[in-house]
Amino acid sequence: MSELKIVVCLKVVPKSEEVSVNPETNTLERGNARSEINAADMNALQLALDLKDTHGGSVTLVSMGPPFAERYLRLGMAMGADAGYLLSDRAFGGADTLPTSYVLAEGVRALQECDLVVCGEESSDGATGQVPAGIAEWLDLPQVTGVTTAQLLPKSRLIRARRELHGGYEVVEAPLPCLVSVRLGANEPRFIDFQRWDWALEEAPVTVWSAADLNLDESLVGLKGSATVVAGVAAAATAERRREFLSGTAEEKAEQLLERIKNWTRA
Amino acid sequence: MIDPRYGPQEAAGVWVHLEHEAGELASVSKEILGRARALADERQEPLTAVLMGSGVGGAALEAVSLGADEVLVAEHPLLDPYTTAPHAKVLDALVAERKPDILLLAASPDGRDLAGRLAVRLRTGLTADCTDLRINPENGLLVGEVTGFGQGILATIECPDHRPQMATVRPGVFQRPEPDASREGRVEKIAVELSEADRPVRVMRRSLKHGVDITQAERLVVAGRGVSGDLALLKRLARLLKAEIGGTRVAADAGWVGHDRMVGQTGSVTHPKLALVCGVSGAFQFTVGIQDAGTVIAINSDKDAPIFDVADVCVVDDVFQVLPRLIEYLESEKKKNGRSD
Repeated sequence: MSELKIVVCLKVVPKSEEVSVNPETNTLERGNARSEINAADMNALQLALDLKDTHGGSVTLVSMGPPFAERYLRLGMAMGADAGYLLSDRAFGGADTLPTSYVLAEGVRALQECDLVVCGEESSDGATGQVPAGIAEWLDLPQVTGVTTAQLLPKSRLIRARRELHGGYEVVEAPLPCLVSVRLGANEPRFIDFQRWDWALEEAPVTVWSAADLNLDESLVGLKGSATVVAGVAAAATAERRREFLSGTAEEKAEQLLERIKNWTRA
Repeated sequence: MIDPRYGPQEAAGVWVHLEHEAGELASVSKEILGRARALADERQEPLTAVLMGSGVGGAALEAVSLGADEVLVAEHPLLDPYTTAPHAKVLDALVAERKPDILLLAASPDGRDLAGRLAVRLRTGLTADCTDLRINPENGLLVGEVTGFGQGILATIECPDHRPQMATVRPGVFQRPEPDASREGRVEKIAVELSEADRPVRVMRRSLKHGVDITQAERLVVAGRGVSGDLALLKRLARLLKAEIGGTRVAADAGWVGHDRMVGQTGSVTHPKLALVCGVSGAFQFTVGIQDAGTVIAINSDKDAPIFDVADVCVVDDVFQVLPRLIEYLESEKKKNGRSD
């Protein structure tokens, strides 16, 4: 096999715990929320870098997002990726998963050669988990989603991956080129490599591509290209918990617990 | 816009893609059938179920008893076990030919894998991991309710111009309907043409019996860092309460519980009537997993632990002091009540 070429798709997301809903306008308040690389995408990057460590080759990052996302691509390069491409255009804004997967797929296609596309299984903000399968469809690649571990069989040009299922797992083999999506928490993302830090911040190649650079029709991307509309947004009604503190000795608390459990299990 | 393969004028009918394991309908598929029946009644349209695999005849009859008017059965050896490409090919052809208005799938690993692929092939919208489905009385559109940002935010999504309106449904959010053996429905065999070239991904090994599906548990006893790997008491308690054991990320990573029992963002979102969480500090990534629980009891020796913000009954004490007493009481209760259960 010639040199292994891996593309990792990354999304920069606001930190979940710092996003709120404005109760009057029912719109998302991302204002002060700090950003991070989507957690599952960090697992995807870790899986890709492990494959690069074993087999050589290169890892290229592709992200769709606003200009500030470049910083996060550089963070990924400090971890071990070799190049970054930021697909950034006002026209990409407001996209649902149909145009999002389309733009990302066109970005991957523009890189021309690629053996493996690795994505995080889902984003912490949208949490649809459908972008990886969408990218695979646009690119006509086989897909393996929800992967926890993967190994490459270079001679037979196969990837062998473990997929998590409800109450079980399966091991599948897919031919290269293909796309895999990696489950959140599948591995422990590595720390940045300080030897790469200066290079990543200052010299590492980050290319910004607009819709025009990718020859994309603006009517097919962003809000205009979307099939779904958000009809309403609200803060989720979290179950109001009673927060009743039991008092007394451990024995007395156990007794009170018993009474409550008896009542509930009878009900 | 990205042009759909067909639009609202041509579309009719509610479809449910059914998941099964070795011919046994998945519980989430039963739940979706129940809700889809109500949606179809509201729209005065037939409910069609689609079954793909091999040896699924029994499941087809069960789908009728659970509300389907029609079951399309596509059987072929290459459809078993599930892999993306052949399933997407067969379902895409069926949808393009018969043009349903609504297509619902399970938000399970395989359902999401298929739905994401198919939505792009059909150039339509997909509302993922819905926690509720209804019909908008004003425009007749399917409304999918979804959560975002670790469940803190609720959004409703519609798909106005593209068809079918696709949605995946989270397991455990809808009631499973009671089967009615007297219901009548039509079972139609679909001719399937597939070759090896249609199945690029091969399943080498599939193991499903090892795990537990804690999303279906009525009661949960959850272990966190504070139990330090000593689960003997928790297991005894779980047996007495007829509960399943769950664990936090820490507990699963340390091997105290299997990863199939992991509760939270990286594990499962559970819906027990009762969750008893022991030695869990209550990080946000965990608490989303018990948010839908009926009652939450938390035991933790740190009175400032955030778990107490999301618990109904808060016990600030040592797990290993409280549980032995509770177990003792439950055992004597059980003796008192004889062998009634």
